[in-house]
Amino acid sequence: MIEQILNEVSRWAIPFLFVVFLVMGWCRRVPVYEAFIQGAAEGFQIAVRIIPYLVAMFVAIKVFRVSGAMEILARICAPVLGIIGAPAEVLPLAVMRPLSGSSALGLATELIKTHGPDTFIGRLASVMQGTTDTTFFVLTVYFGSVGIKRYRHAVGLGLLADITGLLASLFICHLLF
Amino acid sequence: MLNLIWLFLILTGIGVAAWNGRIDLVTETFFSGANEGVAVCLDLIGLMALWLGMLEIAKQAGLIRILARIIRPLTGILFPGVPPNHPALGAIIMNVSANILGLGNAATPFGLKAMEELQKLNSEPDTATDAMCTFLAANTSCITLVPATIVGVRVAAGSVNPTEIVGPTLFATGFSMLVVLLTDYCWRNFFRVWYRRVKR
Repeated sequence: MIEQILNEVSRWAIPFLFVVFLVMGWCRRVPVYEAFIQGAAEGFQIAVRIIPYLVAMFVAIKVFRVSGAMEILARICAPVLGIIGAPAEVLPLAVMRPLSGSSALGLATELIKTHGPDTFIGRLASVMQGTTDTTFFVLTVYFGSVGIKRYRHAVGLGLLADITGLLASLFICHLLF
Repeated sequence: MLNLIWLFLILTGIGVAAWNGRIDLVTETFFSGANEGVAVCLDLIGLMALWLGMLEIAKQAGLIRILARIIRPLTGILFPGVPPNHPALGAIIMNVSANILGLGNAATPFGLKAMEELQKLNSEPDTATDAMCTFLAANTSCITLVPATIVGVRVAAGSVNPTEIVGPTLFATGFSMLVVLLTDYCWRNFFRVWYRRVKR
């Protein structure tokens, strides 16, 4: 039931948005085509402006992961996360999640496949993947796109979001599953 | 801060690779990582153009203004530095909505647009404003109603109940968003004032 509703929501969300935008625009006599072109023209510049930041982050994160340094970091963090009730298997995911979205999704997929989607680890990995965001990526790319160098308390807030997200995922999974 | 993290990631990466006797991996990874960075950006160009085009239509149709008026009580508290009718709020609303619906590839274009608009209100171009910090906090901790990708992964792995994680995800994201936005609010309004007074 819930599954069907959610499936329908995600299937219809984008077409629905487009219809609403276009019909509203048409009713309000907006020159829809010209308006679209005008807005879209900015897209290119913004996307190109973030290339240096993306390259810098991808190179650093990839070398950190491929070399095996990521695993070592996860092993160092293991005792700390063990205290709060996280199984050792999900540690790499917890460490990777703020750094790289695609790698984290890869790790979560792997965990779900090897342990099974309906085990505690499978469920926890699913919730963790949906809960926290790629904070590091968002910070560097968003700030980079407008040339901000001093991030101020955004870093602290981003880390707080990751930690509370992780703790809340652990708490709710222990409670329910 | 970022300089140190970046340096740490690269140097430990190289160090560990050398320790493991796989230094050749480093060169390879550098080149492929650089290419991936550009590939992500190239993918983003089309999406940015598409969504910013749609956003412009919504803006000219007055849709964004209506949305902004509805949630003004909330944006007034979260973004006191942004004027009520500023285009930044429209982009922020669209970014948060896309995040809630799990439309990751629509969220980034709106987010970058929001940053551009917020930067226009910034008097020190190289320093983040309060509004930017609040926006990034809301963005990274955002409530997720439809974790579409991970439900797809669970379906593919043959789960008996692939959507059972929707409720827990909603709880965890809702909780962390609340904590982060409250912390940000308190930081802006109470602690910083107190901190400055103590420093003097």
